[in-house]
Amino acid sequence: MTSKKPLKKAGKNGGSDGGGSAGKISVTTLSEHIVEIISDSGEGAQRCGQSFGSIAARMGNGIWTTEIIPAEIRPPARSVAGASGNRIRIGSGYITNGGDQTDLVVAFNEQVLLGRVRDRELKPGCIILLESMWRKHPDLNISLAYAETHDRLVAAGYTVREIPMEQECQLLNADPKRGKNMFALGILCFIYSFDLQMARDQIALTFGKKEQSIIDANVKLLEAGKQWAQANLDFSFSIPATPAAQPQIVTNGNTALALGVMASGMELCAMYPITPATSASHYLSEVFEKVGGIVHQAEDEIAACAFAIGASYASKCTITITSGPGYSLKQEAIGLAVMAEIPLVVVNVQRGGPSTGQPTKVEQGDLMTAIFGSHGDAPKVVMAPATIEDCFYSVITARKIAEAFNMVVVILTDASLSSSQQPFTRPQFNEAWLAPPYDQSPVPEGARPYDWDATTGLARRFIPGQPGGMHTVTGLAHDRDSHVAYDPDINQESLRARSLKLAALQKTLTAPEIFGDAKGDLLVLGWGSTKGAIEEAVASLRAEGKKVSSIHLRFLQPMQPGIKEIMKRFKKVMTIETNWSDSPDEEIIDENNRRYSSMAILLRSRYLVDVDCWSEVRGQPVKPSTIRRVVLAKLNK
Amino acid sequence: MNCSATDCLLQMYDEQHDLEDYQSGVPRWCTGCGDNAILAAVQRLCRDEGLRPEKTVFVSGIGCSSRFPHYMKTYGFHGIHGRALPVAEGVKMARPDLTVFVNTGDGDCCSIGAAHWIHAIRYNMNLTVFLHDNQIYGLTKKQASPTSPIGTKSNTTPRGSYLDALNPLSVTLGVANASFVAQAVDWIPESLFEIVKAAYHHKGFSFVRILQRCPEWLPKSLDPWMQDPNSVQLLHHENALQISAGLSRVYKNQLRHDPLDMNRAREIASSHDVIPVGILYQNRDIPRYEETRQTGVLRTTATVRKGFEAELDKYSV
Repeated sequence: MTSKKPLKKAGKNGGSDGGGSAGKISVTTLSEHIVEIISDSGEGAQRCGQSFGSIAARMGNGIWTTEIIPAEIRPPARSVAGASGNRIRIGSGYITNGGDQTDLVVAFNEQVLLGRVRDRELKPGCIILLESMWRKHPDLNISLAYAETHDRLVAAGYTVREIPMEQECQLLNADPKRGKNMFALGILCFIYSFDLQMARDQIALTFGKKEQSIIDANVKLLEAGKQWAQANLDFSFSIPATPAAQPQIVTNGNTALALGVMASGMELCAMYPITPATSASHYLSEVFEKVGGIVHQAEDEIAACAFAIGASYASKCTITITSGPGYSLKQEAIGLAVMAEIPLVVVNVQRGGPSTGQPTKVEQGDLMTAIFGSHGDAPKVVMAPATIEDCFYSVITARKIAEAFNMVVVILTDASLSSSQQPFTRPQFNEAWLAPPYDQSPVPEGARPYDWDATTGLARRFIPGQPGGMHTVTGLAHDRDSHVAYDPDINQESLRARSLKLAALQKTLTAPEIFGDAKGDLLVLGWGSTKGAIEEAVASLRAEGKKVSSIHLRFLQPMQPGIKEIMKRFKKVMTIETNWSDSPDEEIIDENNRRYSSMAILLRSRYLVDVDCWSEVRGQPVKPSTIRRVVLAKLNK
Repeated sequence: MNCSATDCLLQMYDEQHDLEDYQSGVPRWCTGCGDNAILAAVQRLCRDEGLRPEKTVFVSGIGCSSRFPHYMKTYGFHGIHGRALPVAEGVKMARPDLTVFVNTGDGDCCSIGAAHWIHAIRYNMNLTVFLHDNQIYGLTKKQASPTSPIGTKSNTTPRGSYLDALNPLSVTLGVANASFVAQAVDWIPESLFEIVKAAYHHKGFSFVRILQRCPEWLPKSLDPWMQDPNSVQLLHHENALQISAGLSRVYKNQLRHDPLDMNRAREIASSHDVIPVGILYQNRDIPRYEETRQTGVLRTTATVRKGFEAELDKYSV
């Protein structure tokens, strides 16, 4: 075993539950740390990590958790590709993203570590707490592989601590396959000086639906883990919390989205299973009926969209939740909603594409299809939440826009937001969030179903049940009476009206906030889940005196006002995105053939500003350190 | 899920409507097109049943027959090809107080929308569905459809179609939760009306396949059946439809059939030598999805607030 890294002594005892060798232990005070728990799929590392994150949040720490998910349900045991778990960035202050490299990792076997090392996810010298049972495994292949990997990790400079987790769990007569994760949680509670009672409470909450005996067994394992660590480890950390002034909740983006659906007053969600969107519908299926809502699992993506459109047409705005491939399938139906001016909210939790691509990985590849998708001119609103909290409020805003403008509103989140957890201020319920009852009043004589306003293109829609409003909506070109019309003037007029609605909405938007100074050498633009990482990189460069600022767009269609003016005040402008762009350094790439990132294309075409871009499609959230490097290079170019 | 305040009001007057109250525009179907006969039967149904135009919705897909809603002075939804059924399901789920009809063609229902058809049967929502089956694509100008008899010459099968026709009755009867399956023909208006009426009164997914003529693209294909009354077999039963004396004089090929007998219904559906006309199957006991999914929760601001706050409590730290 290697010697541990020199640690700054804080001269303070860790843990609140006494016993063990507390006196000898050095407690190092940190401002933040990144912790990983990884195992084979199904061994509970994800639950351990989520619980760890939740306890940290209860302590008042800032957290950002990231799921490490294999694409298969049951990948082979002890395989590089099978690593499953959770990564928690924990800090004294507010944490806005997953951060850079991992400081400490708990691994249930050595193989799952290899992928993390290969992907450079572990910080040099990172502390590795490794299940040691494999060293004496009867299968020589396994025991030799373990010993070899162990030695390589040590030689590479990692701080490896072998821990007999399974052996210790067996002392409690527990099924080690099931309880090891709680033992590991106990170890982590010791290392990070967590309040054990909060951990017990968290277990009670996590296993709340199970019998008391299961909760008790898990609490026993937790305590055993902590005691073992206290007796055997000679280091621990303390990350002082600065609790938020307002009450906080911790959820992932998909849960926040589903809570937003509840709070928006929508009553129906039609969906078809697709990763990584489905967990939003799982949660909604669990709770929506308590407030009178329904989740309909349709026979396919097209049916889900058509069902939602039918329900929206006949009552309040509805929602359909999907991911890239499903979004493509819905395109024709979305065009119908645009043409017939039926309000609809569509969520696309983006994943890696094209085709089946990387279902569990993050990418921002669907911006163009969201804006320009469907056929013909099909103007729709496109929003992009940038934080977990945004996922919640975006749905409420989207529902209101959809009904006020009789438009389709697309919400683009992604695989990172969907499964990452972050605390945010507990929303204060507001009656104004809810949809008003649908109109059933008689339609005034002479009123027409598409009486487009000359300036804004807006028209009041008639809902079945309204006497005097009878008409047939159609996906065909139609006039103000909704009669099928192929008249050139009428087609010109109706496309104009549907387009003007976007301009009318745009007039209500405000300029984006600038992160940093209002002018300088470089402006970085981003959208979606990259906000935290971009701002962290920008902040660190600004602290070094670099004249860099950033803005983050929440509306991609229409765009907020003032963007051009902001861009003009900087010498250089670039976007940072996680979708494809050609690198100008490629041998055959030049200005005539370079393909830019999606938002860069949009900004260049709209504002005639020479917007550069940098992007990567590694399926991982982009790291602040990567952005720092890219931005520095751009500044120095 | 919800109900409008108007549902709570007592109906203080009888709804009385004339045929004109349901007629909108001049249908742009060919002379002799079976769609005209179906429109006449449905408008008569609306009048006879006193359906309130503002509480009635006709949903269709794309095709000649899917123009149907435009000719009704009710609410209508003329959507996209193949998707009439999921749209109609959405309407019904959100608004059980509305009467919802679906007009779909053989291409719309049995080809591009076949997946929705199968599942619509399973949902068994209270919809009245008319399959306007002229065995050919009309609007796109004569291509073979799934119900075209083998050998049908069309623009995509100039040497005759290659596959046996799909039988919409057998398919429907093969799917779980089928609750009302009937067949009508456009050239016997009296039985068409009676079948449409029975379908309307059935609570559940009422599927009526209507064999109809396409004078433009398949002008003679149904002639053998039309010209020989014995090739049409009228189904009757004391628990289903009875045959009038007038009809009996012309159509002597009659079969007493209990619509509860699924096995017999399947046999009748697959007859090759006669066209069965009437109700093949009816089961009133199959649950309707929109009722199964009722939450029983009265949706008020207070309910939403309570449910929402309870969820936030779970995530509070």
